[in-house]
Amino acid sequence: MAPALETVRLVKAFGGIVATNDVSLRIEKGARHALIGPNGAGKTTLINQLTGVLKPSSGAIRLEGRDITATPPEARVRLGMSRTFQINQLFRSMTPAEMLMLVLCEQKGLGQRLFRRLDADGAMLREVAELAERFRLDDVVDREIATLAYGKQRQLEIAAAFASRPRVLLLDEPAAGVPEAERQDLLRTVAELPAEVSVVLIEHDMDLVFRFATRITVLVNGAVICDGDPAAVAGDPGVRAAYLGESLDA
Amino acid sequence: MSASLALTPPLDRPLAERIAARFAADRRWGWGEILFWVAAVGAPLALPRAALLFNEIAILALFALSLDLILGFAGIVSLGHAAFLGVGAYTAGLFALHVWDDPLAGLFAGVVAAGVLGFLASFLILRGTDLTRLMVTLGVAQLLFELANTFSDVTGGADGLQGVAMGPVLGLFRFDIRGHVACGYSLAVLFALFVIARRIAKSPFGLSLRAIRDNRLRASATGVDANRRIVVVYTISAAFAGAAGALMAQTSQFVSLDVLDFHRSADLMLALIVGGPGWLYGGLIGAIVFKLLQEALASVTPQYWQFWIGLLLVLFVLGGRERLDLALKSLRGRFAAPRGRG
Repeated sequence: MAPALETVRLVKAFGGIVATNDVSLRIEKGARHALIGPNGAGKTTLINQLTGVLKPSSGAIRLEGRDITATPPEARVRLGMSRTFQINQLFRSMTPAEMLMLVLCEQKGLGQRLFRRLDADGAMLREVAELAERFRLDDVVDREIATLAYGKQRQLEIAAAFASRPRVLLLDEPAAGVPEAERQDLLRTVAELPAEVSVVLIEHDMDLVFRFATRITVLVNGAVICDGDPAAVAGDPGVRAAYLGESLDA
Repeated sequence: MSASLALTPPLDRPLAERIAARFAADRRWGWGEILFWVAAVGAPLALPRAALLFNEIAILALFALSLDLILGFAGIVSLGHAAFLGVGAYTAGLFALHVWDDPLAGLFAGVVAAGVLGFLASFLILRGTDLTRLMVTLGVAQLLFELANTFSDVTGGADGLQGVAMGPVLGLFRFDIRGHVACGYSLAVLFALFVIARRIAKSPFGLSLRAIRDNRLRASATGVDANRRIVVVYTISAAFAGAAGALMAQTSQFVSLDVLDFHRSADLMLALIVGGPGWLYGGLIGAIVFKLLQEALASVTPQYWQFWIGLLLVLFVLGGRERLDLALKSLRGRFAAPRGRG
């Protein structure tokens, strides 16, 4: 069976700097796969290639066995892969209800409909409500997104990616910058994602990584230096050297 | 704050119902909006002698609405919207001269011609930044201006398109010298197209335009094919501008090169910025303010009104803008709650 997501000898060079160096990843179906590495290891460059924001210099990306190396970002969403962003990328003038409804409309191919009402379909409204509840946004669904607390915006960041019903979900540092008071809610949200969705977690926060991941890939200077289950990765001397003093056994 | 709370249904109802109620409330016509349109119809009835001015305001308002669709909703700048105004005007004028003098048929022809040009031109503005878009739109308008100038045997060139005679609207209402029918006709067309624009703004398509404007990166990560949406909205916007041009040609029964001139595009941008882009009424209110200001200044200083309007605009943009924006924002909350803008 083809893995959920796979890269084959992926390389991305910016001039002389090789940001992604011969990376071959295998994300199994239903995986909880963390991608870690020190600052500048090329994690974000890699996710930007996976989602199509950047074109790789060479190599291939396959989604459920299908080559998507040249597929534009919006088409990858329709093929079943969505992402969140390290820095919130939200539609700030909308409400969470509008943003989630927009994602559902796009997912169902209704985005070109000029005269359709947003409340035309009861099932879609219920879906928006379910999403809002799952991601703890029920109390703010009709506030302007720009005015929401940071933790709520972070929840919406994941909700919006999840709303397009991905089979592969890429979470780019979901807990980054979230204050302690809202952190537990967010970790719970991540832990409660349905098992059938394959999740790739790009994270700095080792606490979150070791709590969540069943498999970890370590990137250093754009290359994979270690790939395995959490125990193996935590014990790997190369990884310990790369993180120099940072505790991995949290 | 009070406005958004008032619109929020009680928390004990199921969430899906609350969301539905909120979408429905956003779509409903607010009292402020109803009042606005009552006033728009009432003003020319109360001041029939100013019908020609009201006609001009309605046409500029429609033109500004068309720019708002691309600038306010999708975030696409244009300094050459006069291209579509001009094509609409010349098409309607030529249609009346050579084909049929029925106003609605001519209006339709103007809309289609401008829409086709808009569709073709949209591919030029897909790539590039705001700056390249300004240059490209400006260039297209200049190009058309020179074409209209060169092909003077068709367009009348610098003398303008003479002898446009219109039939009665709907076969019933003859255009009169005082502009009563003209004003009613333009207002009716403005309202009809406004209703369409309003419906589009509150559709999934309208939402996706706001997504492109708010955050293009996220829009594409949401599955929005921004290029296709921009082609569609640019075409619609051009068609609306074509309608404004057709109204201009039909109600003045004359088309001159002036409809394609740069100052048309520039005035339009000013009007929209004064009214505030992104909430549909911005273009309309901007058109009213701009025209009334122009009229008032022209009657005080017929020679130098452009100086004063320029000065006022500079002061407005530099200083008064934020304060006015705040006042408008609170007004808007009560007005219609169209949260078009961040």
